[in-house]
Amino acid sequence: MVNTTQPTTDLSPPPTVKQIQDERLRDVSLVTKIMRRPELGALAGLILVAIFFASTADASMFTLAGIMNILSPAAQLGILAIAAALLMIGGEFDLSIGSMVAFTGLIFGAFLTLNSWPLLLAIVATFAVAALLGGLNGQIVIRSRLPSFIVTLAFLFILRGLSLVGLKWATGGSTQMRGIGDQAGEGLIRELFSGVAFEGVFAWLAANDLIGKFPNGTPTVTGVPVSIVWFVGFALLATWILLRTRAGNWIFAAGGDPNAARNSGVPVDRVKTALFMLTAFAAALVAVLTVLDAGSTDARRGFQKEFEAIIAAVIGGCLLTGGYGSAIGAFFGAIIFGMVSIGLTYTRFDSDWFQVFLGAMLLLAVLFNNFIRRKVTGER
Amino acid sequence: MDDNRTLIEIRDLVKHFGSVIALSGVSLSVRRGEVMCLLGDNGAGKSTLIKTLAGVHKPTSGDFLVEGKPVSFASPRDALDAGIATVYQDLAMIPLMSVTRNFFMGREPVKGVWPFRRVDFDHCDEVTREEMHKIGIDVRDPHQAVGTLSGGERQCVAIARAVYFGAKVLILDEPTSALGVAQTSMVLKYIHQVRQKGLGVIFITHNVRHAYAVGDRFTVLNRGKTLGTYAKSDIQIDELQNLMAGGKELQAVSAELGGMV
Repeated sequence: MVNTTQPTTDLSPPPTVKQIQDERLRDVSLVTKIMRRPELGALAGLILVAIFFASTADASMFTLAGIMNILSPAAQLGILAIAAALLMIGGEFDLSIGSMVAFTGLIFGAFLTLNSWPLLLAIVATFAVAALLGGLNGQIVIRSRLPSFIVTLAFLFILRGLSLVGLKWATGGSTQMRGIGDQAGEGLIRELFSGVAFEGVFAWLAANDLIGKFPNGTPTVTGVPVSIVWFVGFALLATWILLRTRAGNWIFAAGGDPNAARNSGVPVDRVKTALFMLTAFAAALVAVLTVLDAGSTDARRGFQKEFEAIIAAVIGGCLLTGGYGSAIGAFFGAIIFGMVSIGLTYTRFDSDWFQVFLGAMLLLAVLFNNFIRRKVTGER
Repeated sequence: MDDNRTLIEIRDLVKHFGSVIALSGVSLSVRRGEVMCLLGDNGAGKSTLIKTLAGVHKPTSGDFLVEGKPVSFASPRDALDAGIATVYQDLAMIPLMSVTRNFFMGREPVKGVWPFRRVDFDHCDEVTREEMHKIGIDVRDPHQAVGTLSGGERQCVAIARAVYFGAKVLILDEPTSALGVAQTSMVLKYIHQVRQKGLGVIFITHNVRHAYAVGDRFTVLNRGKTLGTYAKSDIQIDELQNLMAGGKELQAVSAELGGMV
């Protein structure tokens, strides 16, 4: 490879990054490079929203406790949104995510209370059922060649209905199942899925007066809710898979052009089935996290989360047509959600503005993504 | 004919789709270092033939030999493994993905141990830049989307990819049909370059001019049958054109119009 030196007039590239340079390689401007990142819109949106709340909301919103308040709902939505983003990049939708949360919440509760299974077994079994249902979704879409939109819309109603019927059957007429928390017991497994993490760190920080504490010495924020840890971990894992692994390349390819991908030897059907299983799996994770947190489950759990997840994914830069997007974008998209839904309560605005904001944000994101896509592909 | 040089040979290949007879006895061969042009009008069975060679369809009957051995492909993957690479008209390129990602799509080199196994993108970028350099395409940045390349460049990237991954036979499905003059010459030049490397090329087209510019031998396909194979020295460009348009019919039309065609 030709290794030429930079012309002396060129100041832009950082000298620390050593790159093989083609002598005809024109430098890509920093702006173009940034524009090419699909998560740009979400990050810009997050900054705008943060500025908005910083200037209008009560100062307590941006304290440590306030940030945890924002991130908790963001985490639940975000886990779903990241899975939805991967599926959208793979060229499919899953509208049954929200109902899947309710349904897997029900069977998780049933495994614990009716079957009296130990927590670990109940969790594993719940994930297995979710993966199976996701796989079923995927197989129907692939074999029938119907749009996933319509197939998963059917499952949105089927699973929501089954959750209602199943709850009434299991509880003798109620649409809420209680006592799950007591059945779950205590222990390491429980701590992985509920409560807070890094308590030691927070206690140490409080002891050294780095974060706020009560007069008796316990910190005002005792730790990071585990759902947030799962959210961040899942976002990092999904980003790594998408950008650095073979599976990631196949996801982009399957969504970009399934025929071209197949011709190049990408197992498109397997990739798509795995993605449907992943979204169902993410729904089950959210179900386990929220059910253990609340100690009960009800039929409305996860209501309309499918739309919010897709909106967060779109804000995160995913194209509705597939083949383009990012997991870290969905991560930011979910945080925008959390910030606005919680943040409005810190302001004097009516918190029902949330929905207006949601729609406006979606519209803006779609317009922006469309513009970016044309930039990226050089379409005119 | 020197048989050692024959890469692909098919004899009396027949393909039925239910009651439709798509191919009714096609014979052709391609040798190392030659460009075999497959000519035929729309509906002559070119697409079916390519897809059969590429492992998409299974022939109903007939012989299909690769380097002298009979083969039966179950999937496009099998054909690829046997060294037969097909560059489809729709390119098998994904516009929204980067040049590098497209180049290695389906055959990404990995490094590290599971679960930390990942694609070696540094290596991929380097190879992509190098291969693009060889064919004279100015890839400003291997991370740029394929959608930003011109049609001719995309076609060349697709061919370069097949060559890089060790194809012995390249099947090019109308690579020039959607291109302008300059881009066509770029692709034809590259086909010539590939031939010099010793690969066999099956160049499918209905443009006789493009075929004659680069082809060594010409097989004419009409209504699912091969009309014959001609070396470049044995046939003139207008004869080829007549054959392709379906010999007899054209004569009939010619008689009707008073010998004007």
